[in-house]
Amino acid sequence: MSRIIVVTSGKGGVGKTTITANLGYSLARNGRKVALVDADFGLRNLDLLMGLESRVVYTAIEAMAGECRLEQALVKDKRQHHLVLLPAAQHRNKEAIDPTQMKEVVGQIAKTYEYILIDSPAGIEIGFRNAITPAKEALIVSTPEVASVRDADRVIGLLEANGIEKIRLIVNRIKPDMVQMNEMMGVDDVLDVLSIPLVGIVPDDKRMIVASNRGEPVVCGLPDSIPAIAFDNIARRLEGEKVPLLDLMAAQDNLINRIRRLFQG
Amino acid sequence: MLEKLFPWVSPVNSRSEAKRRLKLILAHDRAGLNPQMIELMRAEILEVVARYVEIDPEEMELSLESNERISCLMANVPIRRVKAKG
Repeated sequence: MSRIIVVTSGKGGVGKTTITANLGYSLARNGRKVALVDADFGLRNLDLLMGLESRVVYTAIEAMAGECRLEQALVKDKRQHHLVLLPAAQHRNKEAIDPTQMKEVVGQIAKTYEYILIDSPAGIEIGFRNAITPAKEALIVSTPEVASVRDADRVIGLLEANGIEKIRLIVNRIKPDMVQMNEMMGVDDVLDVLSIPLVGIVPDDKRMIVASNRGEPVVCGLPDSIPAIAFDNIARRLEGEKVPLLDLMAAQDNLINRIRRLFQG
Repeated sequence: MLEKLFPWVSPVNSRSEAKRRLKLILAHDRAGLNPQMIELMRAEILEVVARYVEIDPEEMELSLESNERISCLMANVPIRRVKAKG
């Protein structure tokens, strides 16, 4: 039975696509057969973050219309041969497909692949409904900012209303130094507000931008970096392994911060 | 003075403010109630309670709270005295 997981957030720009790319890569490296589905029609980017943009020939639209075979539309990753991408159409809008068609195409992919990660567009309109309809599980991505947390809460409500019960949270772009100074909500704060199980935390890191410049997920290009370890840990937790959370605050435990904390009481 | 030199000493930090504001707005979002509806509800509850007991409308508190994704409406109505029957 394959796992069909939607990566969604409500708010845009919080890291859904980056997380989809890295988790997919990490799962594939661990020997899983993984298909990434870009559900962001009209604003596709998963191909770009994976560095596969020049290999896109057909998209989900052609596959659904029967203009090509599904296997022809699936772009194989250049590094992991268990990893494929079903690109979204770039010159069509979100109304180009409906939830039934999406469910059908994902159902086809599920015959061959163990994990299907669906990268949802921002928003809660038709594109979002296309992305969540085939899914059995959801990963909610939120940064520790009020707008992102509020939108995440709205999306959690919509997922529950659509019968998706396994909903887990990824807190992205944590800045430990700001949390330390009480200038940013910490993971515990976000968890307390959203009240859903946590599956992982990812620190804010400049290297994520470098990785996107290169079209190389950070788990591939910089496998020893902290964000890469964070993604690998999430992939392992998806597999059911118990992996302790990264201690992002450890690096903040220097002398100056200890003195600052003394003042804070 | 001290707070300007060491901004992190400030008792109201933006972290706790973010959390407080989120909890409040999410209670309303989850219940699907806007402030106008709350105000209407407040007035109606007050009206019903006032039929039975004597209350001070100014002292009534009605708030929405949300815990573990369940919204809860809290009404606090101090009673002055029970009205005589009839």
